[in-house]
Amino acid sequence: MSLSGKDKAVVRAFWDKVGPKASDLGAEALGRMLTVYPQTKTYFSHWADVSADSAQVKKHGATIMAAVGEAVGKDDLVAAVSKLSELHAFKLRVDPANFRILAHNIILSMAMYFPADFTPEVHVSVDKFLQNLAWALSERYR
Amino acid sequence: MVEWSEQERTIITSIFASLDYEDIGPKALSRCLIVYPWTQRYFGAFGNLYNAEAIKTNPNIAAHGIKVLHGLDRAVKNMDNIKATYAELSVLHSEKLHVDPDNFKLLSDCLTIVIAAKMGSSFTPEIQATWQKFLAVVVSALGRQYH
Repeated sequence: MSLSGKDKAVVRAFWDKVGPKASDLGAEALGRMLTVYPQTKTYFSHWADVSADSAQVKKHGATIMAAVGEAVGKDDLVAAVSKLSELHAFKLRVDPANFRILAHNIILSMAMYFPADFTPEVHVSVDKFLQNLAWALSERYR
Repeated sequence: MVEWSEQERTIITSIFASLDYEDIGPKALSRCLIVYPWTQRYFGAFGNLYNAEAIKTNPNIAAHGIKVLHGLDRAVKNMDNIKATYAELSVLHSEKLHVDPDNFKLLSDCLTIVIAAKMGSSFTPEIQATWQKFLAVVVSALGRQYH
């Protein structure tokens, strides 16, 4: 389900509104994921505190969301996240199924923070974008 | 059997006690049909679904969204036996409506998003976990009688 020109425009326009809150969104999404899907905590066994309001979780959520923001508007997602894909494939070895789980929580956080702007039309384009981004992120796995 | 703590029961009953079915039902179903357009296959007789605007203003979809949401009431009243409670509805969805059970998860995700948008920060991660657990049990029960 590749991104149409319209999808890219919708995502870009939504990101213009949402971008300033990216750190909060990322922290929210990651914190929720670790709470609601406890199996994802297995990737963070080196952190003392994996609760939603821990400083490490908030910082890492912001890092993730900044990378998502970098990818918005890029036509070649595979090229854009190639280094990150290598990192996730060879070093972090995160099962790509988890990208979907995080995407769900990113979408949920967007709906929470921007209820009026996160219309169904925006939702479908953002969902497609995150799916494509996840696909690009798993490109180097095998 | 699914175990529910007192806290989880309270969370579920209180969400449903303050739920605006007429608002949330239509929003959840129309969002599902827009975000996952292949789900429209089950609504051929519902009229104009040509674009997002048409779906959002379609009165048949709105009415059906309310109906589906009220369908969850049974689970809330019988949390200790959701599987048996939905046996008949599961047969209906399988034998008569021929709904691919994967769609139940899609609709339940959209319902979660709509509720999160309504409740904002009061939809805490803990409440989200309980809510999603509840919907997962419902979804499993609805798919149980397929063969």
